[in-house]
Parts: sequence; C-alpha cells; structure tokens
Amino acid sequence: MTYERKFKIGKPILEVNNISLSFGGVKAITDTSFNVLEHEVRAIIGPNGAGKSSMLNCINGIYKPQQGTVSFRGQQIDNITPNIMAQMGLSRTFQNLALFKRMSVLDNILVGRKLHTKTNFLEVALQLPKVKKEEKLNRDRSEEIISFLEIEDIKDTPVGKLPYGLQKKVELGRALATDSTIILLDEPMAGMNVEEKRDMCRFILKVNDELGTTMVLIEHDMGVVMDISDRVVVLDYGKVIGDGTPDEIMANQKVIDAYLGVEH
Amino acid sequence: MKPVFMTYTKKDLINLAVCMVLSVLVIPTFITTEYWYTSILIPWLCLALATIGQQIVMGYTGQLALGAAGFMAAGAFAMFNLILRVPDLGFVGSLIVSGLIAAAFGILFGLPSLKVRGIYLMVATLASQFFIIWMIDKFGWFKNYDSSGIITAQDIVILGKPFTTPLAMYFVCLAVTTVLTLLAMNMARGSTGRNWMAVRDMDIAAESMGVSLLRTKVQAFAISAFYCGVAGALFAFCYLKSLEPVAFDIKLSFKILFMCILGGLGTINGAFIGAAFILLFPVLLNAIGNNVFHGAIDATIISSIEQVIFGGLMIIFMIYEPLGMAKLWENLKISIKSKLSSAGTKSLKSSAQKSE
Repeated sequence: MTYERKFKIGKPILEVNNISLSFGGVKAITDTSFNVLEHEVRAIIGPNGAGKSSMLNCINGIYKPQQGTVSFRGQQIDNITPNIMAQMGLSRTFQNLALFKRMSVLDNILVGRKLHTKTNFLEVALQLPKVKKEEKLNRDRSEEIISFLEIEDIKDTPVGKLPYGLQKKVELGRALATDSTIILLDEPMAGMNVEEKRDMCRFILKVNDELGTTMVLIEHDMGVVMDISDRVVVLDYGKVIGDGTPDEIMANQKVIDAYLGVEH
Repeated sequence: MKPVFMTYTKKDLINLAVCMVLSVLVIPTFITTEYWYTSILIPWLCLALATIGQQIVMGYTGQLALGAAGFMAAGAFAMFNLILRVPDLGFVGSLIVSGLIAAAFGILFGLPSLKVRGIYLMVATLASQFFIIWMIDKFGWFKNYDSSGIITAQDIVILGKPFTTPLAMYFVCLAVTTVLTLLAMNMARGSTGRNWMAVRDMDIAAESMGVSLLRTKVQAFAISAFYCGVAGALFAFCYLKSLEPVAFDIKLSFKILFMCILGGLGTINGAFIGAAFILLFPVLLNAIGNNVFHGAIDATIISSIEQVIFGGLMIIFMIYEPLGMAKLWENLKISIKSKLSSAGTKSLKSSAQKSE
C-alpha cells in the first residue's frame, strides 16, 4: 500500500502466548503464539479444523485454554470472560451468526451500545432525563452505523427474517456499535456472493482506515485475505505454520503444502 | 413511529388515554353490580400484574420460571405482617416493601438460572413455590399465631381514608397496576429490556457485547418477583380479603403461566389479554351451561371441558402463534384497517375509530 494511513500500525495490542486447548483427548490448538499490532488488519487462515475459531474463542474467553496466556496492551489478562474482554475494548462476530433473532436490526445494534449505557433499570423505568439523553446518543450512533452499512431500509425488521448476507452485515454493525479498539471477525464473508464480499471488504477497510480499529479476521477466500490484510497467520492442525505479510505467506512452502497437499 | 413523550408514540398515548377513560370513567358509571368488581375486575388487575412479572422473566429474559404464586404469597404475607407490626409504613409503603421482600426471594430463587436452563430451570424454580408456602405454614409468626388457618386481611386505609367498597378497591388496584405497567413498559422498551431480550435470544453474544448474564438474569428475577409480590398483596387484600397459603398453590402458578403464554410471550398488553381470557372463559362456559343447556350439563363436566379447551389452546398457540393473543389482536387491527382503507367509506371509518 502506497498511500499514507491515518492510523499508523503501532505496537502489539494483543498477544497470544503459547496457547494450548484440547477437548478431552482431541487437541484443537497446540502451543500457539502470535501477536496483533494496533491498527492493522490481521488475518488468521488455515484449512478446516485448523483451530481458527477455537483460537478466537480463546481470545474472547468463551473457551478456557489449558495452557497459555492472552495479553492486551502488554498486560496479561487472567480469568478471561467475554464480558471482561468486551469491557477492555474487544468485540467480535460469530461464525454461525449469533444475533438476537426476535429483535429488530436497530435493537440488535443498540445492544452493542451496552457498555456506553450507564443508567440502571430504575432510572430507565422512571425515564429520567439522563436516560433520555443517553438513549438519544446511543440511537444516533446506531443510526450512523446503519447508514454506514447501507441497511437503513431494514432497520425495523426482526433480524431472524433477513437473508444471511444481511445478517452478517448486522452482526458487523453490532460489533462496530461497541466502539471497540479491536474487532474479531469470524468468517465475515462466508456464504456471500462476490458483490456482497466486495461490500464487506470495503466496510472492513473503511472502518480500519477511518476509526483505526484493529481487525482480526478469519477468512477462507484467499484472494480477499491477500488483498485486505496487513499480516497473515496460518494455522494447521492447531499449530502456526506461517506468519508474515501476504507476500511472505504466498511464498511459504509449508503453507503451500498445507493447502495443496503434499506427497508423503 | 417517533416517540413524542417518554418512550411512547402518539398511538401509544391514544391507546393509553382510551384505556384510562374506559377504566376510570366508563366502567364505574355503567357497571354497578358488585359481582363484576369483586369477582372479575379486581382479580383481573391483580393477576395481570402478576403475569407482567412472569412476562419479564419468561417472555423477555427467556428464563422458564414457574413459581409466580410463591412470590405472590411472599408479598401477601409480608403485607399482612407489615401492616400488623409496622403500621407507620402506611398502605402504599407496605405495598412497596412487600414487593421488595418478594424481590429478595426472587434473587435467591433466580440464582439457579445461572447454571441450569429450560425445563431444568423450571423444576428448580418450583422450589420457590413450595419453600415459601412451607415456610409460611411452618412458622406461626408469619400468620401471627392464628390457629384458624385463614386470617382476615386488614382494611385498606390510605392517608386516613378507608378503601373498603368494591369500587374503591377497584381504584386501588387500578392505580397500582397502571403505574407498574407503565414502569414495565419503560423498562421493556429501554436499554433494560434490550439486555433481557439479548440474553433470551443469544446469551453468548450478549455476554460478548458486555451484557452481564449474572446481573441481567438476577435483575429480571428480582423485578419479576417484585411485580408478583405486589400483585399477591393486592390479590389477598382486595380480592380474597383473607390470607391463606393454600390460595397461592401451584395451580395459581400454572394459571399465571397460561396467561403469559396465551396472552403472548414478550408482550405487556398480552398479560392483560391473557389474564382476561383465563378469568372470563370459565364464566362464559358456566353461563352457556346454565342458559343454553339449563343446567343439563354437570358443573364438574363444565370445569373439565374448561381444562381440555385450555390445554388444546396452549398447544394450538405454541404451534401456530407463539406470540399469542396479543399478536392476533395486532393482526386483527391491521387487517381491519387495510379493509377499511380499501373500502374508504366514511361511515366505516368512524366505526373503526370507535373500535380502536
């Protein structure tokens, strides 16, 4: 990339150190380490079952790894839970969509504003002036995101009734609404057609460019990955087999073997 | 539609005004028989309030809980003891504190929801039903050592004025129900309600957005129990006019559950529709039995038919309209409106406004 970035890639913001995770006797991740730099777009790739989603679930606190640590801004975090990570400024989307199906698009995105909502239930019940002020701020921000993602026409539709591609967009919107410093995207473009993929790439790059949000994404489409990411980490059988810029990864013999297969 | 006042849209305000005019002016003017107040309107308001409590925990937060009557008993007996032992609190103060005591029980019995869900949670919450009733029966203090088993409720006195006539009690119930319903609507439409529904629809995602499962679930149980507690106190003081643990048995819990499901899960107006249906349906069946068949059908058979029809309706609603009667009512309004607008005649339009 030749143009000047508004947010220059900085120091490591997220570090994964020697993580091992197993389910019973099955090893999902073995002694894996890598880092994510501030303001970069970082891709995690690998064949099916390589442990990519498990990795995100470890970072986000849904799975508890048997070994290893996760550090955020150089500070090791013990007892990771999704809630703690959200409060530290890490948001995410899910591989198989985890939207609030019976709620409208706007309400889904408003839930993303939870950490910017300080009023308690009593104040909400009594509709005190500060509740109204806060609700207006949150709604304005949500509307901004909705128009950014170009989904104004469906904002009052229950999410469960939307097609898959749109649901993926809403999920991105919900993650954006948190105003997190880092967003994990688990296969944001799975099941999309070329046009939808192009849109999604545009949104991801635009967010990264304008807000400086660090993006970590899992993706299968190699073209997309090589196009939009600054650095790529490749997992295979729960181990890191390559880590570097897209060009380095393309030239990495281990990666080529893992993807194309190798004669034994 | 844009809200014009608090969270309410223009349509909400019109509906609210119509409801208030109906309940404050029309009903007291046209209904003069005591039977309607003592046997239908007062229990309807009380049970609708308890059903809102059930809605909060089950319809909004998605936690299958079955023990509303237990919390109602806690509220009712707390009320009795507060008026007896702390008379300075006054009726309204006692009502609020009774609700808070029930809420404390709600927190306690809501804790299993953090570990178990679905049908297992339902069984776990049954504990509240049995424990609270057992506790009241076991320790004579709660009943002020009354040996008869049925205690007469004290008279309602607010600011020195007695509220003992059926009409006065109706207004007490109406006032409390109106205030608590509005508060519930504010919560349901605001950030609090969004947290509840997020936990209901996808708890892992909710947690990843910073919604604490522990706080949200316990909060929902507490608020739900508060509503049930207040409803129980009103139920005992305005409807039963006596206090006996048997009145708050598991059957009442099931009744409230049915009101919640038939009315429409996750709706506030559904609580009122469901409560009205469950209360009025047996009355209607009895009337049919007496007037059409002139008592040829045995009363026990009628009450059995009632159970059969309720059961059947539950199944039908679960399959075809999980959002219950509140949704049917919405659909009906929409279809009437579209038919009227296509017909477009003046006379029809005015009748539509009346029906709203």
